[in-house]
Amino acid sequence: MKFLRWSLPLAIFIVVAGFLYVGLYRDPHEVPSPLIGKPAPAFALAELHHPDRTLATADMRGQVWLLNVWASWCVSCREEHPLLVALSKAGVVPIIGLDYKDKSEDGLAWLVGNGDPYTKSVVDLDGRVGINWGVYGVPETFVVDKAGIIRYKQIGPLTQDALSRKILPLVRELQKS
Amino acid sequence: MIPELGHFALIVALLVAIVQGVVPMIGAARRDSALMAVAVPAARAQFALVALAFGCLAWSFVTSDFSVQNVAVNSNSHLPLQYRFAATWGSHEGSLLLWALMLGGWGFAVSVFSRNLPQVLRARVLAVMGLVAIGFLLFMLAASDPFLRLVPVPPEGRDLNALLQDPGMVVHPPMLYMGYVGFSVAFAFAIAALIGGKLDASWARWSRPWTTVAWSFLTIGIALGSIWSYYTLGWGGWWFWDPVENASFMPWLAGTALIHSLAVTEKRGAFRSWTVLLAILAFSLSLIGTFLVRSGVLTSVHAFATDPARGTFILGFLAIVIGGSLTLYAFRAGAVGAGGDFAPVSRESMLLGNNILLVIALASVLLGTLYPLFIDALKLGKISVGPPYFDSVFYPLMAPMIFLMGVGPIASWRKARIPDLWTRLRWAAYVAAATGVLAPFAMGRWKPLVALGLLLAAWVAAATASALLQRLRAAPQRGIVAKMRANSPAWYGMLLAHLGVAAFIVGVTLVKGYEVERDVRLDVGQGVEVGGDTYTFRGIVPQAGPNYDALVGTVEVTREGRHVATLKPQKRTYRASGEVMTEASIQSGILGDHYVSLGEPVTAQGTSGAWAVRIYVKPFVDWIWFGCLLMALGGFTAIADRRYRLALRHKFAGVLGAAARGAT
Repeated sequence: MKFLRWSLPLAIFIVVAGFLYVGLYRDPHEVPSPLIGKPAPAFALAELHHPDRTLATADMRGQVWLLNVWASWCVSCREEHPLLVALSKAGVVPIIGLDYKDKSEDGLAWLVGNGDPYTKSVVDLDGRVGINWGVYGVPETFVVDKAGIIRYKQIGPLTQDALSRKILPLVRELQKS
Repeated sequence: MIPELGHFALIVALLVAIVQGVVPMIGAARRDSALMAVAVPAARAQFALVALAFGCLAWSFVTSDFSVQNVAVNSNSHLPLQYRFAATWGSHEGSLLLWALMLGGWGFAVSVFSRNLPQVLRARVLAVMGLVAIGFLLFMLAASDPFLRLVPVPPEGRDLNALLQDPGMVVHPPMLYMGYVGFSVAFAFAIAALIGGKLDASWARWSRPWTTVAWSFLTIGIALGSIWSYYTLGWGGWWFWDPVENASFMPWLAGTALIHSLAVTEKRGAFRSWTVLLAILAFSLSLIGTFLVRSGVLTSVHAFATDPARGTFILGFLAIVIGGSLTLYAFRAGAVGAGGDFAPVSRESMLLGNNILLVIALASVLLGTLYPLFIDALKLGKISVGPPYFDSVFYPLMAPMIFLMGVGPIASWRKARIPDLWTRLRWAAYVAAATGVLAPFAMGRWKPLVALGLLLAAWVAAATASALLQRLRAAPQRGIVAKMRANSPAWYGMLLAHLGVAAFIVGVTLVKGYEVERDVRLDVGQGVEVGGDTYTFRGIVPQAGPNYDALVGTVEVTREGRHVATLKPQKRTYRASGEVMTEASIQSGILGDHYVSLGEPVTAQGTSGAWAVRIYVKPFVDWIWFGCLLMALGGFTAIADRRYRLALRHKFAGVLGAAARGAT
């Protein structure tokens, strides 16, 4: 009985080490999204800048668009933000911002401070739309085609590499079809 | 030639570490003094060799030898000297070498300051440190060679990550590693005691100063990291509960518990097996921290290298070191014996309470840090755990601990009486209550959490002051100086560190309660009022730095027309990498900081038009770091204790004598 008590720390360590081992072979950035190839979950949310107006997924039908999930409390969002600002200046594709689990005033202030790359922004205060879209962490970026099908999902901050190698070629291809 | 020399020195260091780890251990088992005597020269030689290797790498960086891959990837010839030097530990390989250097340094220090130790204990302690060094040196040579050459030699280096080109880079990693690695000494003492089965008050007295010094360095290291992120990341936060921050915070929590538990073991002989476990835990968490940072298991703003091969190596190493020592613990902890008993109300019970709360806090931070990994490994999905979890778990645990901090130092050992405690702490309680109720009004608005925070801070400060006054009054000596000298430096160190905690709480409470963060758009000449001050934007001027081009903004701060400060936040573009960094400009003061950083230009005119500017007012934020400094100072004061110092002087005299004899 005594021995069992003294070996408790060892037992805990073995469990933790086991998890760490499994974790080594899993890339925290890579998540297969079950939603790729499926229709984007519909939403109709209040716009961030104009709370009296709403934006719905149906409004975006017929064009290729990006949904960028961000929040003012999200550290990595600041990392990807300059890329989004540059992308919006290029005007290649509309970017819809989903301000996730965030207070509107915080979100607005954040956009003023960091630049607003979004064609339109909506607020997902309670995170329900995020759940439907399978968002597990912020930031995430989805590519949605003209028919409203999710074609790609970027987990974590956008990188120049991901943009120029995957997202932009995909957007161009989808826009042609 | 120099890099090869460094590489060779590392190989020899590994061989020496093997000797250091194995021979004295066998000697201790056989009671063979000749074999045990190998420990000291081996530890010193190992340190000298690792220091040589480190010097070679530093030399390659300082002279911009781009034929070394590590230098080519992490440095640049236009990098200022101090950053070329600091770039030595800017990479994965280099930071491991720094780690090994620190480990060697601590081993060297033990070899110098351990002449009073029984030979068997000394041999075992140094052997354990040698075994740990084997792991690190082997890892470096096998999977992370810092001296790898590059063919063809690139004409220019890729540059150090712009985020790391900061004075913080020069001081933060060495301090942090001093702390991390310093726990290896307490760990080695614990393992030696478990092997020997002898764990008594003198064992605790020997391990205490080492633990305290390591803890003090770790405290400074963490505080420096926090300051660095505060001014360099450009959004004024000082702690993010990021996995890498947690990785440094967990050993700190374990170390804090260990310091207190060691005090009980030394004074009362109690908590022995618990103290040993904490010593193992503190160092194990330092190793796990290294694993988390180096393996890329968790996503973090600090994640540098992600390489499963390296991760597997470190994990194997962890399994041997931590698994091995916990196995040893399982078999031997029963043998170290229990200590003196104590009543439910006594200093022991308070310290036990503090220990339990610290360990629960530690467990919750560990759980929060690893939870995403657990969920992922169980294929339940991917989640991230953020500040809301940590804040809601951590603060409620700290409140009772801070209450105990006031009572513990005043309670007597073995058995304390509640009425006595009340008599002695009554004034502190009144002061705390009055501060909690009234002080928030002075800040403008009364908030319950601010009241609670200030109450706790005042409680610690007032109880600490009462402890001091009562001790002085009770001392039989005459005259304040004589009375002061009647108490040990260790006791003053404790008071100082506790005052540091009070200052820390004031800082955290007020900055959380009253900080103002405004992101505003400002035209040149336009002003905005934030927190009673007017911030006027005076425009942007380009300015060239040594290896970057900066846009320097000027923001003038005035209060009722009087000049308060002129702030010059920068936006830097580093030439070699093209990375953009935001350098905030901060006017610090005892009452708080004015913090301004540049966002983006908001109009098409670019630099001459309007800019987004972040203006933050951070009341009392510097108290956070000042508090950490006091805690560390308390630690350094404590080791100046006569009992340790006397022993030290003998050791020094011995070493100098030996050196003199060797020279003649």
